[in-house]
Amino acid sequence: MVETTITIKHEVGLHARPAAVFAKTAQSFEANITVKNVTRDTQPVNAKSVINLFKIAVSQGHSIHLTANGSDEDDALAALVGLIEDNFGETQ
Amino acid sequence: MKRLSGIAASQGVAIGPAFVYRPEPLAFNEQIIQNPRTEINRLIEAIEAVQGMLVALEAHTQEAIGEAEAKIFEVHRMFLADPAFADEIKAIIQEEQLNAEAAVDRVSNELMAQFSAIDDEYFRQRAVDIKDIAQRLIRQLLGLEETTLASLKNPSVIIAHDLTPSDTASLNREMALGLCTEIGSNTSHTAILARSLGIPAVVGAGKLELSSGTMVIIDGQSGELIIEPDAQTLAEYRTRQQARQRMRSLEIAQAQTPAVTLDGHQIEVVANIGSVADAEYAIQMGAEGVGLLRTEFLFLQGDTLPSEDEQYQIYRAIADVFQRMPLIVRTLDVGGDKDLPSIDIAKEQNPMLGQRAIRLCLARPEIFQTQLRAILRAGHERNVKIMFPLIGSEEELHQALYQLEQAKANLRARNLPHAENLDVGIMIEVPSAAVLADVMAPHVDFFSIGTNDLAQYTLAVDRTNETVAHLADPLHPAVIRLIHQVIQAAHRQDKWVGLCGEMAGNPQAVPLLLGLGLDEFSMAAVSIPSVKALLRTISKTQAQEIAQRCLELPNLQRVREFLDNP
Repeated sequence: MVETTITIKHEVGLHARPAAVFAKTAQSFEANITVKNVTRDTQPVNAKSVINLFKIAVSQGHSIHLTANGSDEDDALAALVGLIEDNFGETQ
Repeated sequence: MKRLSGIAASQGVAIGPAFVYRPEPLAFNEQIIQNPRTEINRLIEAIEAVQGMLVALEAHTQEAIGEAEAKIFEVHRMFLADPAFADEIKAIIQEEQLNAEAAVDRVSNELMAQFSAIDDEYFRQRAVDIKDIAQRLIRQLLGLEETTLASLKNPSVIIAHDLTPSDTASLNREMALGLCTEIGSNTSHTAILARSLGIPAVVGAGKLELSSGTMVIIDGQSGELIIEPDAQTLAEYRTRQQARQRMRSLEIAQAQTPAVTLDGHQIEVVANIGSVADAEYAIQMGAEGVGLLRTEFLFLQGDTLPSEDEQYQIYRAIADVFQRMPLIVRTLDVGGDKDLPSIDIAKEQNPMLGQRAIRLCLARPEIFQTQLRAILRAGHERNVKIMFPLIGSEEELHQALYQLEQAKANLRARNLPHAENLDVGIMIEVPSAAVLADVMAPHVDFFSIGTNDLAQYTLAVDRTNETVAHLADPLHPAVIRLIHQVIQAAHRQDKWVGLCGEMAGNPQAVPLLLGLGLDEFSMAAVSIPSVKALLRTISKTQAQEIAQRCLELPNLQRVREFLDNP
């Protein structure tokens, strides 16, 4: 299992589009991926579900803890971290 | 035959069968089922059917209303396919042998409760989406017809208690002959929508007891709903409707020619629009540009704040529809009666007098800067102008202009092509700005008078309060005098003046405004053909006499009487 903690910079947090992109990316991997909102101290949830991502209400400035477990766990984590660092492909 | 009186909300005559729209709560029982496998298959089929419905609804909404509103249904499709929704329902069916309807209900109620408990408005609001898809799914499982207005198959007159924005999102323009609601005023959502779509409407008609299929007439002139008209009444209205339709097709046929008065003055007639779809329609109706692009649609219906690029793409797409014709983009006008789901707006005791429009933008420069940059970029080699709403003082105007310079500096630093010298105007809708028009004029290229707000603020009437809304009439002599002063002050400094309130499309007010010297008339696209036709039948000299007379009249009633019969 691999894991990391990262801060969301996106101006509105994991709202509709960013959450959808995040879940879709997670779905493209075989590994089990969980995400937990550290700032809100939530339970870890399945990152492949948009509804779950909404339930942990990630706003700008919140830290999230990601874990991936499976054959492609390294790639999965790298892709999701890349997405956050790249601000979900938006300028600004 | 029965006649009911309401408020005349949108002109024209509609004759046809009633479609009574009363969404009812869904009724089903919780049952133990024998074969969970069959039940799960039933669920899967229902989910697939609803997915198909949502795809169609999304496409239709995008076409008929706009991209931002269509996005809602994309979120719904995502939810429906989500493991936290579908898999949970299947698990309950499997483990508890519960029927699919009850399982959907339980899972959605749990999710709604969880969303509702989040201390963040955006995530809390998602409970509404869960409710919406759960109801759709249960309706499908029960084999009930869709109750939304999208299911309207025959041209009908829609009868409802009231219509919400989500009802109208599914409204099929072709099938809606007319609208009649029990509650509402001239400024309610239904009334505004009906006028912008050109559908005859009566609102606030009181309790409506009739069943679907009953023959009705809507008289958008007198504000009457006639139920089961007798043969003679029906014949009279049919004649009126036909005459109106003939006139309308003539007006539309001539809509692309300029509006030149009898004494040779060409008057600029442009459109108020609020989406990309509106832009195409405005061109067909003969708009010579856009006098008001409301940008709120980008912010109000979306789930997130639109980025600079997203806004830029949309402004550019609209500007390209109008080619070399002018496009006046009004910066964000929210707060007051318009809430913004993507920004936290504090609840105010008196929102119309609170932190709205330019005040909100100046307080939240990050939102303002993003929009200004997007407009400036869209203005590169296009005829885009910018307009600030609700300016009330010279300081505010300077602050807004300073923000604009900042946005330009940012774009220069990023080497992005943008308009360095685009025209800047302000809306005149606060009485202080009208009084100080001569002070404001040197700093801008144009004014655009927003008569809806100008009337409300001048006359101290809350337009959203049904008991007093009718008093906020821009034909009030006090408002007419302010409009006169603004035009005079601007013309003395060689600045032009437009008007983008509903007044510009009101045939009664058009000669008066022409006489006051108005340079540009901006209105809902649907009104353009008739206003252009009207302008061709009057002379400016004649109109000046009408205006002069109105400036001397003491009260609203006298103005109205005079304009009815000048």
